[in-house]
Order: sequence, then structure tokens, then C-alpha cells
Amino acid sequence: MAAERRVVYMNARLLDPASGLDETGALLTVGGKIWDAGAHLFADGVTDGSEIVDCRGMCLAPGFVDMQVFLNEPVETTARAAAAGGVTTIAVMPNMNPVLDRVSLVDYIERLARDASVRIHPIAAATKELGGEEMTEIGLLRAAGALAFSDGRRAIADAQVMRRVLTYAHAHEALVIQHAEEPALAREGVMNEGEMATRLGLPGVPAEAEVIMIERDLRLVALTGGRYHVALVTTQAGVEAIRRAKVQGLPVTCGTAPHYFALNELAVEAYRTFARTSPPLRAEADRRAVVEGLADGTIDVIVSSHDPHDVESKRLPFDLAASGVIGLETLLPTCMELLHGGHVPMMRLLDALTVRPAAILGLSVGALAKGQPADLVLFDPNAPGRIDPDTFHSKAKNSPFEGRPIQGKVLRTVVGGRAVYQAG
Amino acid sequence: MSRPDGIRHLLGIEGMKAQEIEALLDQGDSYLERYRAGRKIKKVLKNRTQINLFFEESTRTSTSFELAGKRLGANVINMVTSSSSIKKGETLIDTAMTLNAMRPSVLVIRHASSGAAALLSQKVNCAVINAGDGRHEHPTQALLDALTIRRRKGRIAGLTVAICGDILHSRVARSNIHLLNTLGARVRVVAPPTLLPVAVERLGVDVYTDMRSGLEDVDIVMMLRLQTERMRGAFVPSPREYFHFYGLDAEKLAAAKPDALIMHPGPMNRGVEIDTEVADDIDRSAIREQVETGVAVRMACLDSVCSHLQAEEDE
Repeated sequence: MAAERRVVYMNARLLDPASGLDETGALLTVGGKIWDAGAHLFADGVTDGSEIVDCRGMCLAPGFVDMQVFLNEPVETTARAAAAGGVTTIAVMPNMNPVLDRVSLVDYIERLARDASVRIHPIAAATKELGGEEMTEIGLLRAAGALAFSDGRRAIADAQVMRRVLTYAHAHEALVIQHAEEPALAREGVMNEGEMATRLGLPGVPAEAEVIMIERDLRLVALTGGRYHVALVTTQAGVEAIRRAKVQGLPVTCGTAPHYFALNELAVEAYRTFARTSPPLRAEADRRAVVEGLADGTIDVIVSSHDPHDVESKRLPFDLAASGVIGLETLLPTCMELLHGGHVPMMRLLDALTVRPAAILGLSVGALAKGQPADLVLFDPNAPGRIDPDTFHSKAKNSPFEGRPIQGKVLRTVVGGRAVYQAG
Repeated sequence: MSRPDGIRHLLGIEGMKAQEIEALLDQGDSYLERYRAGRKIKKVLKNRTQINLFFEESTRTSTSFELAGKRLGANVINMVTSSSSIKKGETLIDTAMTLNAMRPSVLVIRHASSGAAALLSQKVNCAVINAGDGRHEHPTQALLDALTIRRRKGRIAGLTVAICGDILHSRVARSNIHLLNTLGARVRVVAPPTLLPVAVERLGVDVYTDMRSGLEDVDIVMMLRLQTERMRGAFVPSPREYFHFYGLDAEKLAAAKPDALIMHPGPMNRGVEIDTEVADDIDRSAIREQVETGVAVRMACLDSVCSHLQAEEDE
């Protein structure tokens, strides 16, 4: 048997939120696994003929784990975009065509995942056809590899259905992910309700649509004991509701995406359809609450909410345009804004991007510990640049961050010990 | 920057300067006087093509634009595209590209989506005039209202104007709020709370949900049309209830100044938002006058965008 490939990452700033490790040192991977990491490793410079990667003092962290990616593009381009963004594991949402609500389709995603350059896991539909009425085969889907259950961009609106989904999923130790938007209040809205929507003459979604759904669900969580995750928290009231629930000790977690902490509703000005999202970009006070929620850990994870749409579906009047933004390739620099602004420390950001989502999804990735898969991201947190969608690997270019000056660059992405991306 | 040689597009009133608005009103006034006096009108749109692209039917507005263009010597083409086509937005861009290839000078567009005129203006080389986009703006309506007020009252600054009715869905209300504020009027909105947009006070208006106090001492009462389908319980319980609280009748009008002027963009729902007697009171109602002013103001707008085009072509 041939000796397994050994790679040493030298002169790295090792960052491991799981252990709190933040020191300059080396990391050794053997085959697909992490062998060891720390200042002590190869301190004498002797590396026994291993392959050497000189990190030049740059940050080496566990590869990012992205809990919310929409697979509207071929797996290959999505995986390439992920790798370019430092993302080594993605969970794909069930609202694709066809809807991910059957075991055969979960199998199919798993098969596609085998050949992909990053790790891909399916999140299955909670209700058949995302119809919000009949439960999917949660137990069988879970056994087939579905990490969690969600109706994607649709809220599980019916309280009785939600109660049963939570109860049933709980028995299978499955996570339920909610799109927290009360549908009757959100139905006609295309952006955040407020002065901006009034000026533009666009129907709005009130911020209350989010907290109403979250608070209802929290009662059902208390009733059922089911594990509950809010995919995207975007409002001040939403953050506060989750904060209270955590104090209460409910099994609740939540996420947000960079556009909710880096942008507010003003991005919609001049009917910019690339800033149309669901939930919509919110008011400045909400944006600040999201930043605070991330800083204090109320918001557990950061997802890209990567949702590619072609030009045709975005070059329309605002109310007719598709909603959703791409985010895999802007994930790191947008998160680094919070670091450079002094709002969220590096370790908390990395925690939200690695070990926390891994733990919520029950995946054994996201740490720089011995025996862990060698999924890594090497990045420069300071490299200046400007976001240019033309350089993206994603086919779709619907980024709301186009032209934004940024700091932070992914230099190399490693999955299972193998480099899947290297900055040119 | 205000240009002496007209405006590029007319997409909305918001953001326009007072002198740009005044210039259009002056020009409109002059066209009105000339036409009434039977004087010759210079065919400033001769050899130019104006396309009226209406994705929502509106006989009044498109006729008014057609007449305005023809009086200025333009070749006017009317296109009414059924709004029932499957994907309105695709139709918009596709149609725009096709029409652009025909090299018109002006596209006058009406569309059910807010922002449609602005989107179109990014895709074509000609001037675009917004004839109403969703709930957003209807700038020529606001201009004709302003000219009507100015002619009757001699000024706009310092007047108190009450805009009454379905503010939420009204592009006319938005354009009028911006215009009247820019020219120094005091603007009130009067509506049932379900028909008021959130944060409307941030547009610089005083908000009233009681019609009588809203009309107290106002100089102008501007009524808006309320679509009947919005009065069947979704926003307002019934037409009867609406008329009771918000319909303009002699009794409610008594709160306004004795010489208060009544306006309505038409078409009116008599007995729903306005009492027939009030609507037809020749001394107080400017409703018919608005139609005539409309043609003159639209002539001024067409003139303005075409002189801008001319200046560009001459460069």
C-alpha cells in the first residue's frame, strides 16, 4: 500500500474556534485527515519529506460550512463557487426542481455529491411538494442522508402541520429549519415595509412577519421538544425572540446571511433587483441588531444563502423579478467587514462559519483537531479588493455587493487533504 | 443639474428641482394660452416619432399624450399591450428593444409595475416619459394639477392642499406630494388608516384619518379614485361606509375654505368618493379644467425632452 500523502502547512496563523487555538504554527495532514496542528509541530523545521505549503503568516482555519445553498445551477459550478469562497461543506435546500421530498432524490444528490469537489449534503423537504400540508418520509429521508427538514423559502405556515413536523422529526433526532415569514403578511410584499417602500411605490413586508412566525414556533418547540433552527434572522425583534428562547433553554438555533448584516433596505434604491431577497433587506436598526446578535452568539451561524438567478429573471421590474442573491464567493470578505469594523471578533466569525453550523447539522467537520477531515481554508483577512462578479465561478452574477470595496481573500481551499481552489 | 435645454427623461417628480418644475409649468401655461387664443404653435416635434406604450389601458392619459404630440407635429403611434400576457416584465424589455430599433424620439410608458419607466429608460436611447408606473409616480398628472392650481389661485407656495382617498395605491398622490412640497405648499393626506402607506409622514405630509378635520381651512381638495374592488372588505368594508366617512359632499366640504378648489384625476366614482353635486359645481370644481391643462402640460413635457434630445444631437 502506497504511503499516504503528507502535507505540511507551515508558518500559518492557526485559527480553530472549536478549541480556541490562535497561534502561529504548522498543520500536518495525512491523507484526508488532520494529523496534528500547533506551534510545537515541526518547530525544528524538519518535515521528513512531506509536501510543504508555506502559508506566510496567513490564516488557516477549518473550511467553512454553509447551511443554506440553493442548487439552481449545475453542481459543478456551485461547488467551484463554494471552493473559491473557502466553503468546504454545503447543505443544499430542497426547493429545487424536482422538490427534494423523496428518498430517491436524496440518493441522487448524494450520488452527485460523490464527484463534487466540496462536500454536499441534502436538506429534505419537510412537507410533500413543499405544499405545507403532508409530512415527507422524515425517518427514511433522514436515514438516506438528509441532514435536516425545511420547506426552503416557504414557511411551514400551518401551526398543526408545524407541530406534527417538530414532534415527528424530534423522534428521529432531526432538525427542522424554518423560513420565518408569516405568509399572509408577506404575500404581497417585495421589499421591507417602510419609508423606502412607500417612496418607491412597492408593497412591503413588515418586520413583524418574522417575529410572529418565530414566536409561534417557539411555543410549538416548547410544546414538542423538537430541535428548531431559523434559517435567516433579519430583524431586531427576531433576534430578541431567539435570545429570550435561548435563555429559556429551548433547543433553538438560528442563522443569518451577509446581506442582512452588510446591507439594509437602501440597497433597493433605484429598483435594484439584485437586492431583492426573501426575507427582504431590512431597516438599519434591524441590520445593527443582526450584527449584535452575531457578536453575542444569539445568531449561531452565517450562511451564504447562495441563490443563483440568471439575468433574464432579474432584468425585470422589481415586483416581477426573482428574489435571491449569490453569496458563496463574497462570504469571507463580507464577514471580514465585521472584523475590521470592530463589531465581531475573528473567533466568533469563524465559529459561525465552521464548527457551529457543523454541530447544528451533526457533521464531524469544522475543527482543526486530530482525526478530523482535512477541510481547510487559507485566507488573508486584510487583502484589499473590490467585488467583481465577472471573476466569479458562479454562472449567475446576481450579487448585491458588486463594486463594493472589501478586505479579505481566500487563498487556498482544501477538502479531504486535497486543494480544490488556489487563488491565481 | 438643471439644464437650460430641457430634461433627459421625465420619470418622476421626486428629485426634481423647483425651477425645473416651474419651467414645465410656465411652458404648459404658455401652450394653453396660445391654443386657447388660436395662435400658431411651433411644430417642435416635427419629424419626430412619439410612441405611447401602454401596458395598462387608459383612454384619458393616452389620448391626452396623443393630442399633445400631434399639436407639436409629432408622428404618434399608440401601442396597447394586453396586461394579461403571461410575463409582463419580459414583454416590457422585449417590446422596448424592438421599439428602440425603430428610433423613436420619445417613449411614453404606462405600466403596472413601479419602476418600469426607470427600467425602460436604461434600455433605450430615446427620451422616456412616465405616464404612470404602478404605485410609484404619475408626474404629468401632478404637473397638470399644479398648473390648474396655479391658474386658479395664482400661486402654489403657501397653499394648504388635502389629498384624500386611496393614498396607499396611488401614484398620483405620490407625485403630487413631491411636487407640492417642492413648490412650498403644505400637504395633508386624508384616508382611512388601511389606505395609508407606512411612514407616509416621512414624505412631508400631515396625516388625517378624519375627513372633516383634514379638510379644515384647506385651499385645495384633491380627491383620488378608489377602485371598487378595494372596497369589498379588503381595505374598506363597503362603498357605503367609505362614502359615509370619506366621500366628498357639501357637508364635509364646508370645513374647507369657502373658495376651496376641488380636483380629481378622473375617472370619478360618483357617489363613492365624490358627490355628484360637488363634482359638477362649476365654481368650485376644476375637474374639467384639469383635462384641458393636461394636454398643455404634456406638450410642455414633450417639448422639454425633445429640446434636450435636439441639444444632444447638435453636439
